[in-house]
Amino acid sequence: MDFSLSEEQQLLKDSVQRFVRDEYELESRRKLVASDIGYSEDNWAKMAELGWLALPLPEEYGGIGGGAVETMVLMEEFGRGLVVEPYMSSIVIGGGFLMAGGSKEQKTELLPKLAAGEMKLAFAYAERQSRFDLNDVECKAEKNGDGYSLSGHKGVVFHAATADKIIVSARTSGGSRDADGITLFLIDNNSAGLSRRDYPTVDGLRASELEMDGVAGTPLGEVGGGAALMEEVVGQAIAAICAEAVGCMDVLQETTNEYLKTRVQFGVPLSKFQVLQHRMVDMFMECEQARSMCYMVNLKIGDEDATERAKAVSAAKVQIGNSGRYVGQQSVQLHGGMGMTDELHVGHYFKRLTMIDTMFGNKDHHLKRYADL
Amino acid sequence: MDLAFSDDDLAFREEVRSFIAEKLPADIAESVRQGRPVDKPDIQRWQRILFNQGWAAPGWPVEYGGTGWDATRRYIFDEVMAEFDTPETVPFGLLMVGPLIYTFGTEAQKERFLPKILTGEEWWCQGYSEPGSGSDLASLQTKAVLDGDHYVVNGTKTWNSMAHLADWTFTLVRTSNEGKQQEGISFLLIDMETPGIDPQPIIAIDGAHHFNMTYYTDVRVPVENRIGEENKGWTYAKYLLGHERQSISEVGASKQRLRRLKQIAGEERSDGESLMDDKSFANKVADVEVKLTSHEYLNLRFLAEEAAGRPIGAEVSLLKIRGTEIRQELTELTIEALGYYAAPFEMEQLSDGWNEPSIGPDYAAAQMPQYLFSRAATIYGGSNEIQRNIIAKMVLGL
Amino acid sequence: MDMQFRDEDLAFQAEVRQFIAENLPADLREKVRRGLHLDKEDFVFWQKKLNERGWFAPHWPVQLGGVEWSPTQHYLFQNEQVEGYCPPVIPFGVRMVAPVIFTFGSDEQKQRFLPDILDSTAWWCQGYSEPGSGSDLASLQTKAVRDGDDYIVNGTKTWTTLAQFADWIFCLVRTSGEGKPQEGISFLLIDMKSPGIEVTPIITIDGSHEVNSVFFTDVRVPAENLIGVENEGWTYAKFLLLFERSNSLTGGLKQQLHRLRTIADQECTNGAPLSSDPAFAAQLADYEVQLRTYEFLELRTLGNSNPGAEASYLKIIGTDLQQLASELTLRAVGYYGNPYIRDALVHGYNQPSVGPDYAAPAAPQYFNYRKTAIYAGSNEIQRNILSKAVLGM
Repeated sequence: MDFSLSEEQQLLKDSVQRFVRDEYELESRRKLVASDIGYSEDNWAKMAELGWLALPLPEEYGGIGGGAVETMVLMEEFGRGLVVEPYMSSIVIGGGFLMAGGSKEQKTELLPKLAAGEMKLAFAYAERQSRFDLNDVECKAEKNGDGYSLSGHKGVVFHAATADKIIVSARTSGGSRDADGITLFLIDNNSAGLSRRDYPTVDGLRASELEMDGVAGTPLGEVGGGAALMEEVVGQAIAAICAEAVGCMDVLQETTNEYLKTRVQFGVPLSKFQVLQHRMVDMFMECEQARSMCYMVNLKIGDEDATERAKAVSAAKVQIGNSGRYVGQQSVQLHGGMGMTDELHVGHYFKRLTMIDTMFGNKDHHLKRYADL
Repeated sequence: MDLAFSDDDLAFREEVRSFIAEKLPADIAESVRQGRPVDKPDIQRWQRILFNQGWAAPGWPVEYGGTGWDATRRYIFDEVMAEFDTPETVPFGLLMVGPLIYTFGTEAQKERFLPKILTGEEWWCQGYSEPGSGSDLASLQTKAVLDGDHYVVNGTKTWNSMAHLADWTFTLVRTSNEGKQQEGISFLLIDMETPGIDPQPIIAIDGAHHFNMTYYTDVRVPVENRIGEENKGWTYAKYLLGHERQSISEVGASKQRLRRLKQIAGEERSDGESLMDDKSFANKVADVEVKLTSHEYLNLRFLAEEAAGRPIGAEVSLLKIRGTEIRQELTELTIEALGYYAAPFEMEQLSDGWNEPSIGPDYAAAQMPQYLFSRAATIYGGSNEIQRNIIAKMVLGL
Repeated sequence: MDMQFRDEDLAFQAEVRQFIAENLPADLREKVRRGLHLDKEDFVFWQKKLNERGWFAPHWPVQLGGVEWSPTQHYLFQNEQVEGYCPPVIPFGVRMVAPVIFTFGSDEQKQRFLPDILDSTAWWCQGYSEPGSGSDLASLQTKAVRDGDDYIVNGTKTWTTLAQFADWIFCLVRTSGEGKPQEGISFLLIDMKSPGIEVTPIITIDGSHEVNSVFFTDVRVPAENLIGVENEGWTYAKFLLLFERSNSLTGGLKQQLHRLRTIADQECTNGAPLSSDPAFAAQLADYEVQLRTYEFLELRTLGNSNPGAEASYLKIIGTDLQQLASELTLRAVGYYGNPYIRDALVHGYNQPSVGPDYAAPAAPQYFNYRKTAIYAGSNEIQRNILSKAVLGM
């Protein structure tokens, strides 16, 4: 048992830290969020150059072959910087699906482009009625000659506007909430029959509503076997987003601690009030617990036992949800009015943590899933 | 001990109900139903309707334009207001400075200010906090120096809600540095049009402009605009904080929020059913409903005490603490109910002229800003930590 | 970064398991499993068994009877004990006073006291808290005045766990009123048979006799029983508190969860097992997630050389979980949390149980466990420690 980073992992951490320090000062991020596409293509190119886009992808397809722990190291630092580039959508999830379900041809064609930053992916799974159930799918895919034709609505698809291709879950058979009969498809973003409505999200990212009417799609992975594929890749995404959350929480904890020591009221720093000290300790303990579960899930995500893996994923997501909520809300509270302003970064971390709980199912959803496993 | 309403009370309730049903403008009700911000002209329109009926300020004494209702009727009125999608009362004039003026003001001040508060013609904002004086309000530094029959005011006020919409502000200023900090503070009413006042927006985490930082440079304020005695401002401020706490018990508004939450959860789907059929979600809604009920009865007990002529002390802090916590719970559950549709965030959707179809369900857009802004509720009006300090000291004698 | 136990750790775990299987009598195991009261003999029996195997004092230096285990092995050993329903080791001798003796004591003291601790012939208790000195331990007033070769001790100690069985007590006493309160405290070992010592029981809210008041009236204690230097006792006490807090709770928590699950499977609601009620199942899952978090939090701290801060937050979170599990258990047994028949908690009770047999200890344990957030430095004190030591507030 060993929870320390290897030398390579430490180097990776240092280099992401440098990037965040140099490129992600709050004002720069504010500009990115307000820009046309909502992030920086220059940053994306830099990430390609530094090998981060290739990090989790296999060596035989132009990747570096890193594991969950490497992604975790990177995502934690991204969390500290509130990085808005579509790493999660494109590399963790998009790359994850290609690796887990892609055919030899798909891998050969797409993975090197992904690693080089020449192509981006997004993942469309949520529907109006689905809530957090990945298998609640009403979008239909019908056989159409050699290919498939997709119709239906997909909601809150992160980073769809800037993706070249979108991975879409659609039903090839079965009832609307059956696990069987879901297939994943690759569609082109400029396909005929696809209309998109793009918008910003509350935590500074971009998302879209997709309307599909006879969009041509190529299956990714086994026809009808999409559910298992989604469970696997979304599990990896959850492990990664837990690390992002840990990075956010640490920043909030450090900043709030610092604020309490400098803000003077009643003639003394706020840090001298016991009730605030204890609140701060509780925030600290939440951070430590979140970090523990983040390590746990990233070390177990490769476990052979599917139930053990799923339990690790859900347990971690619950803990992250609870800790993120507490740390986020209390950071705002302890900063007083300043915590409520757009000017301070506290509110931005709080919003990101709030939305991280929603991503891939909130704490209630995962608690229920954990209880059922 | 008696909870029953008399026949007269019941008849009164019907009267209020039919009045609101008839007079509440549909467009305003729709904004409230969706949780969208109601803008100033709409609030003024609704207040004018209440004013014409003589109901603009139920809590005020009859001689100043109040209703003369007893505690039961005021409760029934609030209750019925909450049954409908009526906009929340903007507190600064009607609930805060108004009562202060008729309690401590001169006859001239009463005549000058109260009628326009009642009609909604003049809007007020509060000038208390300063950059260095938040929880420790008594340390405030904005100076007012007497020069003939004027005070010359210099300093900075912050977190002034709606200052950009206000015609007048009521402020605490320092008129003396002698003795304890609390003893050198005076209470001034200042015309926002006076030269030298400069409100600057502070954008909040929901992206909206609620707050302002207001700069005062050599602002001349007639002495006649001082409330009560010089250097006694802290006494009036404390009186007013008591009033504010009661107004932010928010029972009515939280009932509206609970109703909205249930509607939304009823529409959202989970496992092929309504989210309200999801047991663990329904339990959480039930849990907060129970809290709201106990909060309501706490409020009623305080009302009854007041009605019986027994003044409420520092216990009102309880109302502020519970009221704001319940509000936060309700807004948080509401965004939880939305699932992924809590994420889309287009400010334009909240403005009146928005013509495009909504992203996701039409009730979604307003909820995240409501949640984010509700985080301020445990901070303003004396943070909940300060309220707990007050209870520990004044009620529990710790 | 990895989370695998090494092969030798797993082999060790199997060895411990086998030892327990071969040496723990079924009836004793059952008593522990059901949460019944244990007698002094029960504790002593198991401690002697462990000692025969050389495992009673694993954290002692090897030359004194300890074992050279890795932190992981200590962790595994503690948790196997608990998961195997072994009687808990009473910590006052072996885990608390012994490290003080072998770290700060004289050679004579080591020779005199350590062997009796090792073979469980001497039962120790702890004399720290006083009626006026709880969280503010340093304010203690029990006086020890030097008189020739003896100290004469006067005062009152309280919350003294299992003092009714004890042969010896280690005490913090005031030997000087000068300087800071911490600077006038000494650490004394006192024979419980000394004239002038009186032990009176304190019955706790669960009806059990676990703690006592100990009154000292002109008790003569040979000066050779002073640990280290006079007025330096606070240093030794702080050293010891660290040991007290660094006990792993994971195994015990898992056991509580296991008991709770068994009960929730057997209790019924709406014609189905309580464990399948969505609301209760969610609470169970929530508890299990928290426990898992605690476990990984603890695993992360294994091998840290300075367990100060970690010990504090593990204590807070662990005891919160102990309380939560006992509360869920009480809720799970429903109305059968009400009957309270004291004898039903003692092994050998012959009457049929009122309601299900698992119900009787539920309420007493819930009430008893309120102590966990209070003792060994209340959780409020732990937060003070953390805010100062870790957050620099």
